[in-house]
Amino acid sequence: MTETDTRSADKARIARQFIEAIPFSQALRMSLDEIGDGMAVISMPYADELIGDPGTGVIHGGAVSALMDTTGGAAVVSHPQALAGTATIDLRIDYMRPATPGDTITCKAVCYNVTRSVAFIRAAAFDGDAARPVASATGAFTVERAR
Amino acid sequence: MNRPAPEPVEIVKERRDRTLSALIDGVPYIKTLGVTFDRRGDELTAVMAYSDKLIGNPLLPALHGGAIASFLEVTAIMELSFYILWDDVESGRLDAESLTPEALPRLPKTIDFTVDYLRSGLPRDAYARARVNRSGRRYASVHVEAWQDRRERLFAQATGHFLMPSRP
Repeated sequence: MTETDTRSADKARIARQFIEAIPFSQALRMSLDEIGDGMAVISMPYADELIGDPGTGVIHGGAVSALMDTTGGAAVVSHPQALAGTATIDLRIDYMRPATPGDTITCKAVCYNVTRSVAFIRAAAFDGDAARPVASATGAFTVERAR
Repeated sequence: MNRPAPEPVEIVKERRDRTLSALIDGVPYIKTLGVTFDRRGDELTAVMAYSDKLIGNPLLPALHGGAIASFLEVTAIMELSFYILWDDVESGRLDAESLTPEALPRLPKTIDFTVDYLRSGLPRDAYARARVNRSGRRYASVHVEAWQDRRERLFAQATGHFLMPSRP
């Protein structure tokens, strides 16, 4: 293992601990599937307390937004040029279709650019049907550097 | 001049409160977030009571961006739903008595939602009000503002577009 690999593995481990300690993400039972080098995958199982439309059992858009925000933030803290925490500056979510009731929602976010102060992310969320996204998002996050 | 007697205030309040609770009680996610609504006439103020589970950064501590986004979206949808039902319920075309969480008219669907995080959310209660800027036959545009201590010091705002429920 090269020194870079070790640092990157350390970073992934720190990012994982950081994300798994977030109370709101725990309340929504989010779990980290993958993380590293500015990319994160987080999933959120279907639950009755997430329902937004009682007629259909479809989960609330807000819960999908929460998943997108968490995954976007995770992608930022895992980026080699970012460190420590981050905060959302702006997040835009497009809802393509209602998520299928009963399905786990999985979100993948990529931090595609980092400047001195800002990290930019793109994210997409899927349910059981991996061919058609449920929602997509773009966002800007703060970059906190170690002093 | 023969003017009809004004409706007794209790009847008016009961009808409006019943409409609002039918909309709220049916949505489990509103309860999950701990959001309640205050009503003054047709003006709604959403309240998200502080709870430790809403935290996103335990070190600061600060509210989770996703909890804030959810709070704003819940507020926007509730404002728009109440706005859509208002005329029908007030005119009597829709009987408020018949409105239950099980027999609700279709709700608007979010097309897109953009959240602007202005400052970090403090670990205390948050408030939000939404305004329907445009509501057409098919689409609506809604703006939401949220604050904690001072009304003019917003900590987040959002704009969303919604697909209107098809009318029966």
